[in-house]
Amino acid sequence: MSGSGADRIGMKHGAGGRAMRELIERVFVGRFDPDPRATVGLDAMDDGAAIRLGDRWLVITTDSHVVHPIFFPGGDIGRLAICGTVNDLAMMGAPEVLGLTCAVIVEEGFPASDLERVQESMQAACREASACVLTGDTKVMGRREIDGLVLNTTGVALADRIVTDRGLRPGDAILVTGPIADHGLAILAARHGLSLEGDLVSDVAPLNGLVRAALAAGGDSIVAMKDPTRGGVASALHEMAAKSGVGVVVDERAVPLRAAARAAAELVGVDPLHVANEGKALVGVRAEAADRVLEAIRAHPLGKEAAIIGRASAERPGGVILDTGVGRRLLAEPIGELMPRIC
Amino acid sequence: MTREIDTDASRLRFRDPSEARALGASIARTFAQIGRETVTLMHVCGSHEQAIARFGLRAVLPRGVDVVMGPGCPVCVTDVPEVDEAVALARAGVRVATYGDILRVCGSAGSLADAQAEGARVDVVYGVAEAVEIATRCDDPVVFFATGFETTAVATAAALLAGTPPNLSVLSAHKYVPPAMEIVAGIPGSRVEGFLAAGHAATITGSAVFEGFVERHRLPVVVAGFEPLDLLAGLAKLLELVRDGRAEVANLYPRCVTREGNRVAQEKLWRVFHPCGGGWRGIAQIPDGNLRLRDEWKHKDARWRHPIEIASATAGAPEGLASRCRCGQIMAGLAKPTDCELFEAACTAETPVGACMVSSEGTCRIWAQYGGHPNLAVEGVL
Repeated sequence: MSGSGADRIGMKHGAGGRAMRELIERVFVGRFDPDPRATVGLDAMDDGAAIRLGDRWLVITTDSHVVHPIFFPGGDIGRLAICGTVNDLAMMGAPEVLGLTCAVIVEEGFPASDLERVQESMQAACREASACVLTGDTKVMGRREIDGLVLNTTGVALADRIVTDRGLRPGDAILVTGPIADHGLAILAARHGLSLEGDLVSDVAPLNGLVRAALAAGGDSIVAMKDPTRGGVASALHEMAAKSGVGVVVDERAVPLRAAARAAAELVGVDPLHVANEGKALVGVRAEAADRVLEAIRAHPLGKEAAIIGRASAERPGGVILDTGVGRRLLAEPIGELMPRIC
Repeated sequence: MTREIDTDASRLRFRDPSEARALGASIARTFAQIGRETVTLMHVCGSHEQAIARFGLRAVLPRGVDVVMGPGCPVCVTDVPEVDEAVALARAGVRVATYGDILRVCGSAGSLADAQAEGARVDVVYGVAEAVEIATRCDDPVVFFATGFETTAVATAAALLAGTPPNLSVLSAHKYVPPAMEIVAGIPGSRVEGFLAAGHAATITGSAVFEGFVERHRLPVVVAGFEPLDLLAGLAKLLELVRDGRAEVANLYPRCVTREGNRVAQEKLWRVFHPCGGGWRGIAQIPDGNLRLRDEWKHKDARWRHPIEIASATAGAPEGLASRCRCGQIMAGLAKPTDCELFEAACTAETPVGACMVSSEGTCRIWAQYGGHPNLAVEGVL
């Protein structure tokens, strides 16, 4: 039934989980010539790359965006494209955006008014992030050669200090900047026409302002950052734990989750920890600075509901343990696509 | 716009951490009083395993208290010939409506999903009512492939009693749990010393249904609910009964379950179905373990209405991985998913080999979903 699975690209290879990481490692990483100047290069598989430039760092990242529906509660593909790239820069410790590029690939027959709406949304997100689109490219492909609209954005920024996703040591606190799972569940609900009570809207937002505030408060004590997009908090924590060589223990009851998201997740049968976010960050902080950084994040409009959700530990390096309050278990790393329960 | 963070869940009565710690301590005390190295307890319900794995309850138990899942996944125990019948009907052009979980379960040559990919008409439904709707909307013969334990069997029975369109018939693969407990309890080499019975099934059968079992096997049965504290309280009670050598039925789910059960539901169940012997996949032929339509419902029985040519479904059955699958032993409580060499290697949720990985109620699938090794104590990380 699935005999061709090994040799063909499946949807799971783009879902942000283990299958995707394994594909990238097998096909790309280590097969491109390394750049000796890059301190954080392709092999780091981080949110972006960093190159030494005098006494500072040039950070660069790129991301392609496809989403269905193109317009969803709380955002659209344009806002997503700006925020995704701004956030990847911010997660590297580079909240000051030098500039963005935008490549647009659009399907023949796509309504021009929708494209204008998307552009307006990109511009609004740029203002929020104090960023500008400096250059771009537009291609049109024939009907059914591409599905609607694909946006690619690249971003560059300068930073004084690089924050990777591999700096955790046992004892470090792990913060999340707000309630999780809103984005993925809003998309799922819109896609499946679920009408849910409560305001289930995407959290898509540029995080560079919040990261700037956190870095100002925490400085060198902020040792790891990652935005839990596809694959959710679980996938991001697995990556941070594996790269840092530590275990992570998460207190499930401390993870902020809105009632609407909890209800939607139960209804479709997914774990909120596996669901994508587009406006949240996981921040690893040395224990002694945790409260200070938490306070700074909470003072930012996007971080009001931030919380310390766990800590790095020496037990089970590379693993993530979930403390449910009534017991403890391993938190699985999502492998592929979220499959809503059908029965 | 103000939005509230939902913190209620952590304060829910049945998920209270301090209560859980108290029950864990009580379990540890009783186990110490028993004074043996291992006590094996069995539950027979996918929803129990879901809750145990989801909340990490095995980490609360002493290392020697081994809680295993028995034949508690209705999809998993649906026998190969039953799937073959459904696949044969679908391949013969009959429209088949069934639950989503059973879609990918393989018979001897393929699953309903395979038949669907070949062009057969297979509808995934959430319940019998949706199958009735499909039949109402079309003139073609529709077969509802009915799987599940007494809980869903009652729904099937109620639908038939309420009246269904003439083009709808039922292919029953419904199973009845109490007889399966008898078989598992009697398996040579079984170390099970007590059973946790599923609260939702007991709402229908009543706790009294286990009284005969307790007499015959001299093993205690505790009816338990599905919240973490329900399960811990159930296990605590079961261990006490083991310690005291008391073979009796205890109902720890009295907010839903009575001794007599739901008489109306039982009456409906037995007006439509009769128990008969049949295979439970990987386990055994179980006397009275299958529910089939009674003779007076013959006109609604797909087995009577449609000639089923199973040969078409069994031709060219592949060997290979499936021969190494240990689902049968796992469902009998004789092995754990981690004992199977295929688990999370060749057999994953995406490419399942055995029924226990296909169904969301299956032990292997549940373990994979919650990290693969639900007992952190045994893993040596606590």
